[in-house]
Amino acid sequence: MMQGTIPIKHKKTSQYNNSIISKIGFGLLYVVLAGVAVFQLFPLVWLMFFSLKNNQEIFNMSPLALPTNPKWENYAKVWNSGNIDLYFLNSVWITIAATAITILVASLVTFAITRMKWKGSSLVLGLFMVAMMIPVHSTLIPLFNLFSKAHLIDHPLSLIASYVAFNMPITIMILLGFYYTLPKEVEEAAVIDGCSVHKIFFRIVFPMTSSVLATTGIINIIYNWNEFIFVNTFISSDKYKTLTVGIQNFIGQYTTDWGAIGATLMISILPILIAFLFLSDKIVEGIAAGSVKG
Amino acid sequence: MDKVMSNKWIIALYVLPALLFIIAIVYVPIVLTGYYGLHEWNGIGSMTFIGLENYSAVLQDKDFWSSAGHSLILAVFSTLSLVLYLAVALVLSSKIKGSNVLRKIYLIPMLLSSVAIAQLWMKIYHPTNGIINTILEALGFTNTPEWLANPSIVLYALIVPIIWQYAGFYILIYYAALKNIPSSLEEAATIDGANAFQIAYKIKLPLAMEVIKVTIVLALVGSLKYFDLIYVMTNGGPNGASEVMASYMYRIAFKSYDFGYASAIGFFLLIICLVVTWIVRKLTATKEQIQYS
Repeated sequence: MMQGTIPIKHKKTSQYNNSIISKIGFGLLYVVLAGVAVFQLFPLVWLMFFSLKNNQEIFNMSPLALPTNPKWENYAKVWNSGNIDLYFLNSVWITIAATAITILVASLVTFAITRMKWKGSSLVLGLFMVAMMIPVHSTLIPLFNLFSKAHLIDHPLSLIASYVAFNMPITIMILLGFYYTLPKEVEEAAVIDGCSVHKIFFRIVFPMTSSVLATTGIINIIYNWNEFIFVNTFISSDKYKTLTVGIQNFIGQYTTDWGAIGATLMISILPILIAFLFLSDKIVEGIAAGSVKG
Repeated sequence: MDKVMSNKWIIALYVLPALLFIIAIVYVPIVLTGYYGLHEWNGIGSMTFIGLENYSAVLQDKDFWSSAGHSLILAVFSTLSLVLYLAVALVLSSKIKGSNVLRKIYLIPMLLSSVAIAQLWMKIYHPTNGIINTILEALGFTNTPEWLANPSIVLYALIVPIIWQYAGFYILIYYAALKNIPSSLEEAATIDGANAFQIAYKIKLPLAMEVIKVTIVLALVGSLKYFDLIYVMTNGGPNGASEVMASYMYRIAFKSYDFGYASAIGFFLLIICLVVTWIVRKLTATKEQIQYS
């Protein structure tokens, strides 16, 4: 009996100690995790604050002070001057056009690779996968030259074509995983019913992939919206610039008006932040799926 | 079935659009980069063939090596910081309440454009009105540094926004990998008396090794071709102190209009990225074989 109780008692105290230690430990871990969250969010909160202040408030008062009587006119001012509205619209339509083309073309080739029988399909797939490792910068000078010759420099088509090509591999990669899981019976039944390949693709398979299309669509939209180097290199006239390059030039003129700069930056990131608020699960899923691209 | 699904015309129709895009805009240009590198060319006039002169000049170019050194420093720091991300992910994946919200918060900076991030951090680092120096002064420090204008600290100052931008991305990848590990393994180890550190070190890390290797490739190659943020924040300055390979190539091409020489640099950048990827993959492959044998 005695021999039996002692170890039990011992175990109880050690469990008791463990639970205190683990509680303190968990507390510390939360502090660390919350610290990381503050580090990630604080710059953006600060940005939001100073986008609603004037220089006097920004420079003479605590940077952490809430913007009492917020200066919404900062937003109105930059939206109406310096073409920010135009850059914004360019970003919207170029992003949407490039994303739509990428998704359609990538879906076609993924369908052909995964569902149809032909020699060289693995070679073609390999070409797309290797393309993921090629740095954009190594293609920049020849692309500049090729687009010049085709009179597409300073033309939005040069951007759309580049976005489609460089986002194609990652889009195909995310689609592949989904297409492989689609049961073969889908087309078998359709073929027996006498469906053409086009009908199988456009009426049956393509609509079935809508959830993965949303994921790839969001990833494409984020990449295209944020793209900088192609716009900076290919586009010189204001009427075709997108927000990334537009704000870069615009801020150059407003170096001392911090409120205006803050408002410009907020305008450029708000669409993505709002999208994140509503679609965070899809975005997380897409980024996780696209991560394997190394 | 097979007859319908192997119609050559339809296959061509489905494959060619994507194939043409990738060949015309990715593969043709990288071949041309290598070819342009063999010429003296200002981008407008005629090209003069000069053999391997540009390539050997790049290898003797001090500015190129200094920019390559800076890229290497970024690559080393980016890779080392993976340890931090992994630690956060380990904590996050162990029955923590709110882990879903936290990893989403961590991810937000990754969604913003590098230009916006660069502009924001230029304000954060601003010598008189930036948040960092304001706080330092409030704490009683005088002589606060000019973060982006001081050649000896600028490169390290740039690493902070880079970490800020990518932390959430890597934490997300690690989190997903760690969550994939069946919880039965952890439970079995706990019953056997393993503590949290032993479980992390002996069970979770080995099982997440594949993903860890992928992230090493991503971090290394990603930093070797790093451009946007540095171009906007410092444009390689002051005095070349934060110049990296891609920004050096860009300067030679679109500021000095020496397209031939810049193409040679671009070709080296391509080779370096492919070789680094290949080496890391190679290391991965051997380790895998050892594991299975």
